[in-house]
Amino acid sequence: MSQQTTLYDAPGPRARRVTIISSIVVGLLVLVGVYFFVYKPLDARGEFDMDVWAPLIDPSDDDFSALWTRIGDGFKATLIAAVLAVVASLIVGTLLSIARIWLKSASHRKWVGFPAPVAILLRVIMVALDAISRIFVEVFRGLPVVITVVFVWLGLPSLGVELGDLIWYLVLGLVLYNSVVIAEILRSGMEGLPVGQREAAEAVGLSSAQTIRMILLPQAFRIMLPALISQLVVVLKDTSLGFIIGYEEILRITTQVVQILDNQIQMYVVVGTIYILINYGLSKLAGYVQRRLARGSKTRNLPVDAEPPAAIGAGVGGGLA
Amino acid sequence: MGAVIDNFDVFAGGFWLTLQLCILAAIGALVIGAVIAVFRISPVPPLRAIGTGYVTVFRNVPLTIVFFFSAFALPALGSNANFLRIPGLEQIFTRLSIDLPYFRFAIIALSLYTGAFVCEALRAGINAVPTGQAEAARAIGLTFGQNLRFVVLPQAWKAAIVPLGSVIIAMIKNSALAGFFGVVGDLSNSGYALITVRGEPTIPVMIGISIGFLIMTVPLGILLDRIEKRRAVAR
Repeated sequence: MSQQTTLYDAPGPRARRVTIISSIVVGLLVLVGVYFFVYKPLDARGEFDMDVWAPLIDPSDDDFSALWTRIGDGFKATLIAAVLAVVASLIVGTLLSIARIWLKSASHRKWVGFPAPVAILLRVIMVALDAISRIFVEVFRGLPVVITVVFVWLGLPSLGVELGDLIWYLVLGLVLYNSVVIAEILRSGMEGLPVGQREAAEAVGLSSAQTIRMILLPQAFRIMLPALISQLVVVLKDTSLGFIIGYEEILRITTQVVQILDNQIQMYVVVGTIYILINYGLSKLAGYVQRRLARGSKTRNLPVDAEPPAAIGAGVGGGLA
Repeated sequence: MGAVIDNFDVFAGGFWLTLQLCILAAIGALVIGAVIAVFRISPVPPLRAIGTGYVTVFRNVPLTIVFFFSAFALPALGSNANFLRIPGLEQIFTRLSIDLPYFRFAIIALSLYTGAFVCEALRAGINAVPTGQAEAARAIGLTFGQNLRFVVLPQAWKAAIVPLGSVIIAMIKNSALAGFFGVVGDLSNSGYALITVRGEPTIPVMIGISIGFLIMTVPLGILLDRIEKRRAVAR
């Protein structure tokens, strides 16, 4: 925030005048351009006619209530899939991050006190598991969500596994990707904690599993909460991929409505706006939580200021669709 | 894995087309993102409003809807995105010049969507430059443009490179959607066609597609990790 005002001097009266006048002139030019290049072609195609807009905005229209019931159903389906995917990804992601942190320390353990063959075997198993979990994370982080969703939807039945309702294929596909992302968020949160936390926990005699569960994880959750909420936005956007596999979420319903009412642009404008409102609210919430946490950190010694911005960037940018 | 080896040419062609799409969309997104980032920090309030509005819209809308819009609304405006048929570029990326516009629409959708994230990555980089730098530049009398060009942006670039890289990785993954929006013969579309039209076994084909994407995303991710680690040590 402060950077924005330090980049230039506060505009004086003349600069302000120039800004206002040039803004008005450019604004008018843009309006003229919009009229000729956007409004006129759209109007010529009848995109502003009442018969394509009426079902959406006119309550007295015959299709109005039926259409909005469908839209409501669609968003309900979207939200259900998103909530299921988020909850499942959180659980799986947390377990995965614990496993990763634990395996990392376990793979360096010498297993002193065990007979030599057992110690070597345990060491090999731990190193192998550590490598497998790393490969799992790298693979699913590097795959597009569309591909994991389609993979699950086409691949599981061909293996003879039927999940029944389409929603489960969508949720499973989303969970495969998002649990890995959440695991990485939590892992970087735990590794970003001051080393003293872990050392102190070990000094009072906690095992490494206890250290993770009682000391590292709660703090990582707290620091990474904004990043986790941002991931929620990503999941909500990703549920729109359900339309590819035929799950009746909002986009699928929109394509069905469009076939009957023939008002593509209007429907997508409305659906897009609702999406923007929901997600904008969620990202505001993430920002609010982050500010709350930053304020709380003055009394506690947590690196809240340093960590979350990078993590949020990774969360939002690293997501799909 | 016989399905992958037998159809290797299909996968190679799909990989090449996806790569072309990614390169072009990355260029577009970087240009759009840079412009919007300058808008967002500029001294002119209407430009700032435009920048903020752009980022809010494109960050919160699913990419699928952006794809729908570029496929339906652009033709409604009477455009087939022919302005992308840039001489010279057209000779390298031959797909740009074919009559079906979906490849160009996919580039536009991906660039517009990714541009918002590029803008945020750049802005994060600009915010990472110590305030004293911009203040000192102002103190010696540099204007806003000079300040950005000589002092802030050269330093912001370094802090922005890692977030920019993860944005580009996300874009490569997003490009998989293009195959479901009319682009024929990219990695996801040709793989999907192999399964649904030619009836090839699902699992090997999906693994083939996955390998194609992993070839693009994993090395980039490792490179970024390297850069990040080296930075951390240097600090």
